[in-house]
Amino acid sequence: MKSLFKKIKDGFKKTQSVVSEGIQQVLTRGGKIDEDLYEELEAVLLRGDVGPATTYYLLDELRARVKKDKLESPVELRDAMREIMESILRQGRDESDPLGPSGHASGRRVVMLVGVNGVGKTTTLAKLVKRVQDDGRTPIIAASDTFRAAASEQLEVWADRLGVHLVKSERGADPGAVAFDGIKAGEARNADVVFIDTAGRLQTQSNLMEELSKIHRVCGKAMDDAPHEVLLVLDATIGQNAISQAKVFSEAVPVSGIVLAKLDGTSKGGVILAISHELKIPVRFVGVGEKAEDLLEFDPKLFADGLIGEIAEAPAG
Amino acid sequence: MFEQLSDKLNGVFKNLRGHGTLTEDNIKESMREVRRALLEADVNFQVAKDFVKKVQERAVGTEVLKSLNPGEQVIKVVHDVMVETLGSVASELADSKKKPTRILIVGLQGSGKTTFTAKLGFHLRKRRKKTALLAACDVYRPAAMDQLGSLGKQIDIPVHIEKGETDAVGIAKRALEVAETKGHDYLLIDTAGRLHIDEELMDELARIKSELKPHQIVLVLDGMTGQDAISVAESFHEKLGVDGLVLTKMDGDARGGAALSIRSVTGIPILFIGTGETPNMLDVFHPDRLAQRILGMGDVVSLVEKAQEEVSEEEAMQLEERMRKETFSLEDFAGQLKKIRKMGPLTELVKMIPGLSKQLPSDFQIDEKQLTRVEAIIQSMTPLERNRPDVIDSSRRRRIAKGSGTSGSDVKKLIKDFLAMRKMMGQMSRMSPKDMMKMARR
Repeated sequence: MKSLFKKIKDGFKKTQSVVSEGIQQVLTRGGKIDEDLYEELEAVLLRGDVGPATTYYLLDELRARVKKDKLESPVELRDAMREIMESILRQGRDESDPLGPSGHASGRRVVMLVGVNGVGKTTTLAKLVKRVQDDGRTPIIAASDTFRAAASEQLEVWADRLGVHLVKSERGADPGAVAFDGIKAGEARNADVVFIDTAGRLQTQSNLMEELSKIHRVCGKAMDDAPHEVLLVLDATIGQNAISQAKVFSEAVPVSGIVLAKLDGTSKGGVILAISHELKIPVRFVGVGEKAEDLLEFDPKLFADGLIGEIAEAPAG
Repeated sequence: MFEQLSDKLNGVFKNLRGHGTLTEDNIKESMREVRRALLEADVNFQVAKDFVKKVQERAVGTEVLKSLNPGEQVIKVVHDVMVETLGSVASELADSKKKPTRILIVGLQGSGKTTFTAKLGFHLRKRRKKTALLAACDVYRPAAMDQLGSLGKQIDIPVHIEKGETDAVGIAKRALEVAETKGHDYLLIDTAGRLHIDEELMDELARIKSELKPHQIVLVLDGMTGQDAISVAESFHEKLGVDGLVLTKMDGDARGGAALSIRSVTGIPILFIGTGETPNMLDVFHPDRLAQRILGMGDVVSLVEKAQEEVSEEEAMQLEERMRKETFSLEDFAGQLKKIRKMGPLTELVKMIPGLSKQLPSDFQIDEKQLTRVEAIIQSMTPLERNRPDVIDSSRRRRIAKGSGTSGSDVKKLIKDFLAMRKMMGQMSRMSPKDMMKMARR
């Protein structure tokens, strides 16, 4: 258990160096809480892709807390900041398992993946499939990306590697029909989770967004309440456009959670705060590497800890 | 989703009209708004800071303070400084005398390298009458070669593929031989991407560089990249020496602030902007248009170009005449509506119109369903009715309402609105450009 905890922690740790190191630097230097300090914090947050709206919200909250609780040292400020961040990250969350059994009599869960082009949807899909398999449950994939050149070939390579059944059609076929077939095949094979991979689309392409709504509707025809989960995959290296993406995709389909891919190495992940604050859609998973096990369940507390920097390894008591 | 910068600035200055004097504080406040707009557009933090400083210095020295509309004056200064920073003239793609001109295309995973490679090949043929060979040197990503191969087939441009080969340098060398023998004008080398910069990949790219001696190394960057853009560009630039930048996925609502950051820190010129998935969607970079976009000021030139893609010149002339003579029919109207809707969500299109966006409430939305209803009503009319709506009496109206699933009053309202619009269009199209400007400014 401890090793898993540590792994998640390490995974998060490497993601937030820019924000956390900056905050550490500002807060551990000692001295008073003054305007200079706020300004430096502002710079750190903005540089970490937290975005202007959320940055100013955070700083306003912080100021209010300092006033109300009469905080004096930067260390006290740090704890207050950690709490504010965690509460931002908890917005819109519930404790349901995004890949667990659905409320349907069969318990089968239909999970649809959506997102813009090149965010790492297919790679994320492969990791989610692996996660279900590791739980001893059976996944199946419907390749509803019938648009991009070689999309289903790429998926096929993955499916072969993972040994999972893939339902596909030729290029240009109706993506809704593929989703329908996928759910029906899931029923026939008694699969536990049906994943529906959709073509990447920019949120401004209204016709393609309509197509997405249609795929969603068709799922409902193949199985009651399906899809049970709509995961929006976002690229952690993008900036404030993530908010626009989440907003517009939510208008087309009921996005139930976010997977933040590519949250490793050079990226900063501050945009998670912006998304949670402005949209209140829970982040479900984060991708911190290319390997299948590099997809982590998102934990608001650990993430907030990571953002703020080193808090005691094992809290006493 | 982004509030217009001009809105905010005008808000800052609005209360001052009549008072006549602007203080340093007002200017400072306006600079905060400018800075925020830049940050929302993902301009790097430090770059935004320096940029605002520069604008402030210049704004103070000019007539801004005394002008009637300081908000617009400030924007003009911001815009000018930005165009300067982005590079006042469009940069050119290399064109070597000795064939083939070798272009090495690099970038992170998912930035759109492969799509760009194909688009560039298409652009060269269509706009410059040059032939190109595409070389598929991404030996890591499953099916990357297939993707380029399939794109090449779509646009009928040859692709050099060696499936199963794992040595990217070797593929590039042999592709060069092929391009030389076949006498292609260009060799476009698509390379592997990574999630982030690593040594192994950089070594491979450096080896391709030293073996192939490309005339230009082009870095492809996702237009939505956040604050990280500079470090990505700097690492590539440091290791390889990048000659040009391509921003992709700019058909979304990304504002492309990364371009400003990279240009101002590294000085790498921007060559192209990718605006869609199909091969013809590649635009030569225009600094002024991007500046307007980063500032959220609308982009009327791109709007006109979008319209041109949908409407031929001849068609446009016919339409114009019919508008002038007020013989524009419902048939024409339905056709136009269809074309406009193909260009993208109407709400977004309307926001591209400078001046207009300022007058709209921030939550302005056009109900696309309403438009669908309008289309349905027109489709339920006979050709005679579409050309001469005056023949529509109550019995025809009932039939149309029934056919389109609407009510008689909906049909009546549509016809009334249409006639009013036709009259207005007639008046407008008979106006001189000068009068039009006057009207737009109002």
